[in-house]
Amino acid sequence: MNEAIAIQVAKTILVVLLAPLFTGWVNQCRAWLQNRRGPGLLQPYRALRKLFHKDAIVAHRASFLFRATPYIRFGSMVLAASIIPTLVTGLPIAPAADVIALVGIFALGRVFMALAAMDIGTAFGTMGARREMLIAFLAEPALLMVFFTPALISQSTSLSTIVHTLAYQPFVIHPGLAFAALAFLMVLLAENARIPIDNPATHLELTMIHEALMLEYSARHLALMDWASNLKLLAYTTIGVALFVPWGIARAVDGSAIWVALLCLLAKLAAAGAALALLETLSAKLRIFRAPEFLAMAFLLAVLGLLTHVLLEGAA
Amino acid sequence: MSASMSTQLINLFASLLLLIAFAMLAQRRVLSLIHLFAWQGAVLALNTTLVAFVTDQHHLYYSALLTLVLKVILLPWILHRLIDKLNVRWDVETLVNIPTTMLIGVVLVIIGFNVAMPISHLSATVTRGTLGIALASVLLSFMMMITRRKAVPQVIGFLAMENGLFFAATSATYGMPLVVELGVALDVLVGTFIFGIFTFHLREAFDSLDIEHIEKLKER
Repeated sequence: MNEAIAIQVAKTILVVLLAPLFTGWVNQCRAWLQNRRGPGLLQPYRALRKLFHKDAIVAHRASFLFRATPYIRFGSMVLAASIIPTLVTGLPIAPAADVIALVGIFALGRVFMALAAMDIGTAFGTMGARREMLIAFLAEPALLMVFFTPALISQSTSLSTIVHTLAYQPFVIHPGLAFAALAFLMVLLAENARIPIDNPATHLELTMIHEALMLEYSARHLALMDWASNLKLLAYTTIGVALFVPWGIARAVDGSAIWVALLCLLAKLAAAGAALALLETLSAKLRIFRAPEFLAMAFLLAVLGLLTHVLLEGAA
Repeated sequence: MSASMSTQLINLFASLLLLIAFAMLAQRRVLSLIHLFAWQGAVLALNTTLVAFVTDQHHLYYSALLTLVLKVILLPWILHRLIDKLNVRWDVETLVNIPTTMLIGVVLVIIGFNVAMPISHLSATVTRGTLGIALASVLLSFMMMITRRKAVPQVIGFLAMENGLFFAATSATYGMPLVVELGVALDVLVGTFIFGIFTFHLREAFDSLDIEHIEKLKER
């Protein structure tokens, strides 16, 4: 039991520390694809270090909400990252929340972020909050529907059980999961402010969604918000990896299996990051009023996945 | 190849067909619509080959070949030439906006699945589970014909509907007799030619491909 807790803590710390590296890897791949040299893999760490050493400036009218939000958001992302099975299934904290609660944890961070952006009362913050919510209220049901297909396959909503079932069953093609994977990819892009919906590198306030929420933050607050965003991207990617390519994950706390799982995870994340960068390079940003259509498509794909699963495999 | 594996592969192809049918419903550009149609034909041909292999029905090989030649190569080529000549690569106008269309599409899929469920229980073929998907893709293509305003997407909708019917025949009874299939293929080919000529006349008469103009032809 003690060993399991140690693994749990180590895994959480590993994921938290790995998050900026993953973002750095995606940015580096993007730079290579655009024939640039790129800032290097460690750039997010350097940016975080710089921000943590600066003095924080807070607007005069800011309430405690504004100060508390970075900690709440970062905390909720760490919690999410510790629940998602990345290396081992069945860790001590896994029963704390199932997939539905996980969606709620993501929503918690988002709601506080939107509230803090409106707290200052600047035009851009409010606009960003409204846009973020426009995206979120469409992405959330889609994400839930995505989770229901694997939940039906494994007869459980606990993420740990789902991943365990998917990884250790004899090889079966689930057409429903293919739909769910496609829908999940679309939700991932929308929720993490990636290119078809939002440009993470934009400096143009009018096109911002995610960045507009953080315009008023500085120093350690901004560092935490950025780190939380990196963690969110990594958390979504690890969910995708765990659900749709679960092979290699360790079944129990056991020395050599964990090292294999870690190697598998790193390889899968490297591939996923490169694929994400490729996808972002190939596609153009959508107009904001096309975003609901994009997310409606994701929702419908997830529903279709559920339906095909029920039709093709439910009766059998 | 084990029976369960082949069933799984057939199910996968069926889902792909449904996915393509939905993508066509959501597509705004004529050119991408033609590409999707060609992909649908390719998946259909692959699926038919697989069913032929699994069930050892030789005439299905011929119909797979027929599908490949006609629906992946010939018809998309004709459609490409048609839109080149008509110069209609612009966005397609739909009567109902796309998210609503998709929602109606999901309702149609549910109807298709429900209607097919009791029928597929009666059947004993390895492909029985996919009958619902076949029915759903027929309904989806049908709706595409209804919601599109321009002539060329309607033609593509018609052809996609024929794809769905062909798939339904394969999944319910391992395909129709070869003579019937040849007849249908010829029908589709001739139909496309007639549609092509019809669109040219439409454009000459009204300077537009909007089907609504035909209503003006009424006698008053």
